[in-house]
Parts: sequence; structure tokens; C-alpha cells
Amino acid sequence: MAKGQKKFRSVGTRPIRHDGIDKVTGRANYGADFALPGMLWGGVLRSPHAHARVLGIDASKALEIEGVKAVITSADLPVIEAGDGPTNFWDLSRNILARDKVLYHGHAVAAVAATTAVIAARALERVEVEYEVLPQVQDVMEAMSPDAPLLHEDMFTKGLDPKPEHPSNVARRMEIARGDLENGFAQANVVVEREFTTRSVHQGYIEPHAVVARTGEDGQVVVWCSSQGHFMVRQYCATVLGLDTSQIKVIPAEIGGGFGGKTTVYLEPLAILLSQRSGRPVKIVMSREEEFRATGPAPGSRIRAKLGARNDGTLTACEAQLYFEAGAFPGSPVMAACMTMLAPYTVENLSLVGYDVCVNKPKTAAYRAPGAPIGSFAIETLIDELAEMLGIDPVDLRLHNAAHEGSQAPYGPKFRRIGYRETLETARAHPQYRTPLERNQGRGVASGFWFNAGMQSSAAVNVNEDGTVQVVSPNPDIGGSRVSLALMAAEELGIDVERVRPVVADTETIGYSDLTGGSRVTFATGMAVVEAARKVIEQLRERAAKIWGIDVSQVEWNEGYALPGQGNGEHDPLSLAEIATSASRTGGTICGNVSLNARGAAPGFATHICDVEVDPETGRVEILRYAAVQDVGKAIHPSYVEGQMQGGVAQGIGWALNEELVYDEDGVLENPGFLDYRIPVASDLPMIDTILVEVANPTHPYGVRGVGEVPIVPPLAAVANAIYAATGVRMRDLPISPPRLVDALDGKHSG
Amino acid sequence: MDPKTHVHTHINGEPVEFLSEAYRSLLEILRDELMLTGTKEGCTTGDCGACSVTLDGRLVCSCLVLAVEAEGRRVGTVEGIARGETLHPVQQKLLEHAALQCGVCTPGIVVAATSLLERNPDPTEREVRYWLAGNLCRCTGYDKIIRAVLDAASELRGASPNVLE
Amino acid sequence: MARVFFPASLRSFTGELAELSIPAGNLRELIATLDSRFPGIGDAIRSGLAVAIDGEIIQDGFLEELGPESEIHFVPPISGGSGRAGSAPAQAAARTSAPAGFPS
Repeated sequence: MAKGQKKFRSVGTRPIRHDGIDKVTGRANYGADFALPGMLWGGVLRSPHAHARVLGIDASKALEIEGVKAVITSADLPVIEAGDGPTNFWDLSRNILARDKVLYHGHAVAAVAATTAVIAARALERVEVEYEVLPQVQDVMEAMSPDAPLLHEDMFTKGLDPKPEHPSNVARRMEIARGDLENGFAQANVVVEREFTTRSVHQGYIEPHAVVARTGEDGQVVVWCSSQGHFMVRQYCATVLGLDTSQIKVIPAEIGGGFGGKTTVYLEPLAILLSQRSGRPVKIVMSREEEFRATGPAPGSRIRAKLGARNDGTLTACEAQLYFEAGAFPGSPVMAACMTMLAPYTVENLSLVGYDVCVNKPKTAAYRAPGAPIGSFAIETLIDELAEMLGIDPVDLRLHNAAHEGSQAPYGPKFRRIGYRETLETARAHPQYRTPLERNQGRGVASGFWFNAGMQSSAAVNVNEDGTVQVVSPNPDIGGSRVSLALMAAEELGIDVERVRPVVADTETIGYSDLTGGSRVTFATGMAVVEAARKVIEQLRERAAKIWGIDVSQVEWNEGYALPGQGNGEHDPLSLAEIATSASRTGGTICGNVSLNARGAAPGFATHICDVEVDPETGRVEILRYAAVQDVGKAIHPSYVEGQMQGGVAQGIGWALNEELVYDEDGVLENPGFLDYRIPVASDLPMIDTILVEVANPTHPYGVRGVGEVPIVPPLAAVANAIYAATGVRMRDLPISPPRLVDALDGKHSG
Repeated sequence: MDPKTHVHTHINGEPVEFLSEAYRSLLEILRDELMLTGTKEGCTTGDCGACSVTLDGRLVCSCLVLAVEAEGRRVGTVEGIARGETLHPVQQKLLEHAALQCGVCTPGIVVAATSLLERNPDPTEREVRYWLAGNLCRCTGYDKIIRAVLDAASELRGASPNVLE
Repeated sequence: MARVFFPASLRSFTGELAELSIPAGNLRELIATLDSRFPGIGDAIRSGLAVAIDGEIIQDGFLEELGPESEIHFVPPISGGSGRAGSAPAQAAARTSAPAGFPS
């Protein structure tokens, strides 16, 4: 029930965020900004080997140091005997503290708590661990070979028929198939088949993981931390530590970036355990080096993909195999890559096979549209090649095959109303698409898709006695969601957004909510806010009816006022503030609470145009211009929608050009810092033009679609396609760093 | 216990004394001893700029300054940028342009950008981009930050000297 | 009659049948009917798949109403960045035993 032509008074405006002043003055408290009296400092001992058996741990010398209060190992964790489902707690427990084996360089082995951080660091040096070093494997293809060292000796590949007899590093084989592949390729006039490589990249949030935990004498645990979901932290800690959920309270700090990398726990269970052992509050803050060695990353991959088209541009068939590094434990987003890579297109015949492969690297974590940028990189490059071979404009080729309402997604269902074609048409009409290019310059286009999530959310809307309103959110505000939620409440109630104060509540003061992730908060928690505000309006109408002595059915709510319907006598309209002031006399405080499992999440599509200039001497690529077009459904706060798009583009450009976790032959990360793991800086980028296409999601009250993840999907191929246009060299191996590009250019000239 | 040095300094215009071991950084003392947590720690290797402060008016990464080096010097942190309830134009324009998402790099951006505008009141976009190249932001793609700083520069140039002071 | 489409991963239960029309008022009825016809398919769906009803992917469907023209697809659950934390059944599945205690 979209409001269609309704004119909004708050939604679509650009007020200053309520939490903004605290964030520009340094008052806002992030994960590491919290401290308690008597607090100890924790540290984590990490494996110096990429793969080894842990034969024994002796902490006695560490405990002899004055100021050391506790040392823990996996022996202090309950044994998780089985694991399955979306979160495998068997794996999670062993990632938090290695049990029996360490599976990557940097894998946590023990943790200490001491009176100062320096003493904690010294204590870690005195914990003696005896290792039996094992052969290790880093490369996804090597890990699949029958004689590769096994990370998990009891892991048998799922998804094979018949079931395999020998264990393997391949956790699972997955497939999406439809139509007749042979027939599809037979119909094609042109076929391209290529291989692609991408490397592990890190989410690169600026705020490292940090936690303070305090255990009371009664066993109650309070945790302060920054995460993408304090309810997730509570649930994961309870499960891993064998505590009741009700024993743990998690208070969310401001979160300094996550991008998927803060959707799990690393430090929190350690801090709780150390607090339990020492009887003192314990704080642990990860170093940047630990972040790079032991958190994230997004997977490295190898893809072989084949795409066929008729002379008129119709895509007839696609076949692809995707091999993704899961890291130390299964769970790469390879299936999501299979599901999303062809989602913008109607291809009748396809077979997409994904392999989830364990290697001796950190367990991969979600990273913004997990899997989608990698799969899209392959397909969007192939489409660019086909467009050139067929002599068709790359946007026109995409339009010719574009998914639309009623067309079948590669993973099965038919799309409802989507705005992919609109993004293509808007991109084609954008001035950048016709801007003349000079020598060594090139233009690339690519599209992208993400599902967007709904799921469980709660919200409360509380009316204060002076008519101001509190919106209580259960989701950490990672990019301006407070102000978006406040805008929706203000819209419903018909009051100014400055009268609405959004707050993020802890696990004990608001109902459960799923993570801040999946581009879901403005959509799903926003839906809960809208419903809660509507409950408040019902109460406001009832109170006005009591004051006027008329039936509630005769009271309308309009633009912040209760109005008596015609024929109910002469009454002045009652403002929300007036009703609130007298609430105690008409039935008590007015508030609305809603918990829901949001249905109706709608997918998002984007099309990006990238112009580059390549320095043929050095291989340096400069981004000259960039335009991102995206169907956002309805932008609640357009500035923050634009910001999501610009940020996604910047991360995608980094992935395309520079970012790469480099491991040596022993599996040791060689670039665990921002100097050598180079994310884009201000001087690397131009202004990023954003064009918001608003094809309303018909199932949301305001038409909202998720926004945050789609924009990281197209840039990888958009940049690579632009580099091809500038140089004539196809780069299918990311990142397209200067040395790689220079090598490729040299190869072109010598070959 | 490691020996400590008694350090006398001025932070945001006020006299401050503290004790520090020789190996501790100014960042650690600001955050963990003086509770000035507006200065953020992103890397401790001088790569991210989240810990930007001024030392005798010069922009530095406080993670690369030893706390004892602050002896007899003036330290400026993000907490000292606003005048009471009046935000500095850089802060105000960052808000108006929605130039922060998570906000953890913002204190460093505020300190670095105000430092830029003190020495160059009329920077080009390119000058702003290069000055802020040491301040990593992973959320915004920098677009709105650059616009906000240019807008703040414009406002400062049009404002009276009193407001500038 | 809802039209049900089976992905490759479920066709070992259906004898390679890819599509079927089944009368069902809601999702629970549908899965029960499928399970009686293809024993074991219910558990396979509940433990490892999301359902798409008329184009909308639902991660933990149960009583969703089905229309006479509804199309049902079973699709892999989207993990991680989808915003999904471990579900309650997953938590229950993670059985724990007492810690061994730190060797002193």
C-alpha cells in the first residue's frame, strides 16, 4: 500500500542527524571509549603458525607475573558438540579459541587479563604453547586437490551424490541450474569463456573491535561493545559460554564501521570469561594488526565463466564454476555469488556451481553484499566483452536482457516490481556517458544486484509529557539510521523531526532485533517504527475522543492534530502536545511497541559508469569521473542514501585497484596495516555522482528498498571495463594494482 | 612498575599534568588517563589519522608522539574545537552535508580540516583532498567530507575576524 | 493449487521431479503435504532452505498464506551480510557440555 502520489512532509528531507553533534565534537562513545573502575586489560595470544596441532599450553609462568589476574584457553570454554544451521557454533567456539588445532596464522590460542595493557602483553609472551607444525594450504585450487593438507580431518563435502568416501577441504558443492545448457550455447553466435581471480580483502572499518565485560557476584554479565547487533552478541556469547540469554546484558556503543565485519563475536566471550575468572571488569581492544590477521576477510576466489549470446544480443546460456575461500571454517558466500551474478539478466539456460573451500586463512566474514561483487565482476566483464564482439552498446546489451517484473531470477522465483531497467535508462541518459574521452582514458559500465533483507525488528515510540517523542531502536546506528527512523515517525505523527529523539537501546530495554546488516534497518526496523507510530496515533485519537466526549471513530488524525469529524460539535483541533500533556488524565502514558518479522523486502539494482585514465608508464589508474545510478525504492533521508552509494563505490574501487591481503609461503599475512593494505584515501577519488531512481517497493509503507549493499557490486567490473577501454587490456585478476597492470601492458606490447 | 615522568602541558588551552612511562604514546595518555576519548585509535601506526591532534599548532598523529614529548607544549584535540555550544564551521558543515556515517574518523577529520583552514583559508578541492589523504574514512567515499570542508572554508572567509578567532 | 518448484538439491527426494502443483492454504500445510509424499523433504527444507513465495524470499516461513496462483521456490538461505544472526533452532542445535576447567 504505497502512498503513491502522497506528498511527504518529513520523508525525503535532509535534517541534521540527532546524534551528529556528539560525533563531530568527540563526545560520542565508541567501543574502545568505555572504562570502569578497577578494570583489567585483556590481550589475546595468537598462533604463530598457519596450521599446527596444539600439543599443550602452559600458562604458569604468565600467572607468576605481578598484575596478571587470569589466563584462559579453549579448555575454559564449554565443548560445543554439534553445530549446524546459519551460525555454526561448533566453528564459532573454535574460532574464538583454538581447540586441538590452530587453523590460521593469528588464530586465538589463549587470553590474559592484567592490571595494565603492558603487563597483559608481557604475560602473553610467557604463555608457553607447544605446537606440532602441519603443512598448510592458502590457495583455493590447491586446497581442493586430493593430497592437500586437511584443515578438518572429518569434513566430507556436502552436496555430492554419491556421498564422498574421503574427507576434503571442500565443505560444500552448490548448484543453480535451469534450462538446457547445450542447447543454449548451440543457439549462441558468440561465446566467451574466461577465468577470473580475486584476492582476500578486508572490510577495513576504522574502529577496531573493542569490548568491556563485567560479571557480577550473581553471575549477571554486562557487556559494552560495538557490533552490528548487540542481540547477536548476547546470543552468541550465551551459546558459546553455555549461559542463559537472560544472564547477559549487552549495551551497544557507537559503532565505527562494520560492513559485515562486525556480525560475529571474537573478543566478547573472552572478556566475559576473563571477567568471571578475575572478578573484575575486563577490557580488550584489538590492534589493527590483529584485525587484519584474525578478522574478516572477504574471500579470495577463482571463477571460470562462459557466456553465450545471439547476434541480436540475447544472452542464451551461462555456465560458471565458482571456487571461494571460506577460510578456516566453512561458510563463504559462494552461493550468494551464484544467485546474484546473473540476477540482472534473463538467461534461460544456466548452470552455476559453487564450491565452499576451507584454507588456512581467517574465517571469512560478511562484507557488504557478501559474494555478489565477486560473481558480478566475472559476469559484467563477460558482458562487456560480448558487447564489443557484437558491436552493441554495453548499456543497450544489458537493457536487451534486463530482468523485469515477472521475469524469473536465476535462483527461481519471479521478480516483483524492480527498477533495473530504469537504472540502465538513467545511466544511458547521464551526461557522463557522452563526455568525450582523451588518450589513455576509458569508460566502463557495470550493473549489480542484491537481495536486501527484512527479518526480525522491534521498535517503540514513546510520547513524552511535553509532546516530544522518543523512537527506540534496537539496531546500532552505523550510517544514519537514527535520523531515518525519526523521519518516519515524524511523518506518521505529523510533527517536526526535531521533536523526535531517536535512541538505540540495550538488550534489556527493547525487543529482539536481527543484525544491522542486509540493508535492512531503514526497511525493517523502519516498518516497526511506522507500525508503532500508528499504534500511538490510535491512542491519540482515543484520548481526543475522550476529551471531546465523542466516538473515537469520529476522530481523524491529520498533520499532528486530532480533528473532530463533521457533525460532532465545535471543537478546536488538539495537537499531539496538548493530548500528551493531559495523558495522565485520559488513561496514562501514550506509547506504541511493535515487534515484527518484516516481509516484503525488495531487491535493489544499480548501474555504474566509471571513467579512468591509465598512466601506461606506471600502471597507475586514476578515477576521473564516477556516476552511480541505483533504484532505492524511496529515499527517506536522501543524503544518507547518497552516502551509502558513495561509500560502496569507494570500497568497490579499492577492491578493484589496490586492496589485497598478501600471504607469504608460510601463510603469514605480509601487509597487516593500512600502510600496505591500501584503502582509498581522499586524494585517490573524484566526487562520486549519485542518481537516485525511486521505483517504490509496493510492500513498504513508504516504498523503501534496502540501499547499503548494492553499490559495492558494480565497481569491480566497471573499473576493469574502463581500464580495458583505455588500454585494450582485459584485467581479470584483481586487484588491478600498478605492477599487475604494467605487466599486462608490457605483455600486450611484446605479444 | 616502570618509571614515570611528570609531564606539564596545555590541552585545549588548559594546564594539564600527568605521569607517563617513557614508552606511552600521547594518544594512550589522552584516551586512557585523561579520558579525552574524542581522539580515536584506528591503527597506532600513523596511517589512519583518527588520532589527529595539534602539537604547538602543528597537525600530528598522536599515536606517533610520545606522551613525554608533550612537556611544555600545547596540545589541541577535537574536544577543543567548538566554542562552548557553538560548533566550528567545519563541524557544522560536516553535519549539514551528512558527511559522516559511522563517525569514528570524524574527530580526526575535524582536527585536520580546521588545521588546514587555519593555514590555507581558500583551498582548492585538490588541496583539501591531499591534506585529508592521511585521514582514512571507510564509509563516505569522501565526497561529502570534501564538500563540507570547502563550504566551511567559504563561510569562514565570509565571516568576521571575531568569529574566526 | 500452488505451483512448487524444486531446486536440484531437493530432487533426490522428488525422484528428479522439478515442478508440482499442490493444494495448500499455507506454507506449513504445503510442507506437510510434500513431506508425506516425499519423506524427508520437510526436514531438508526446514534445516537448509529459505522459501520464496511469489517472488519474495522468506528466511523462516511457517504460516504464510498461499494463493491459488502462488508460486513456491526453495532457495538457499542468504547468510552473513543478510543481517541474519543464528536462529533459535541453530542455537538449540549447538549442544554444550561443561567446560573442562583450566589446568591449574
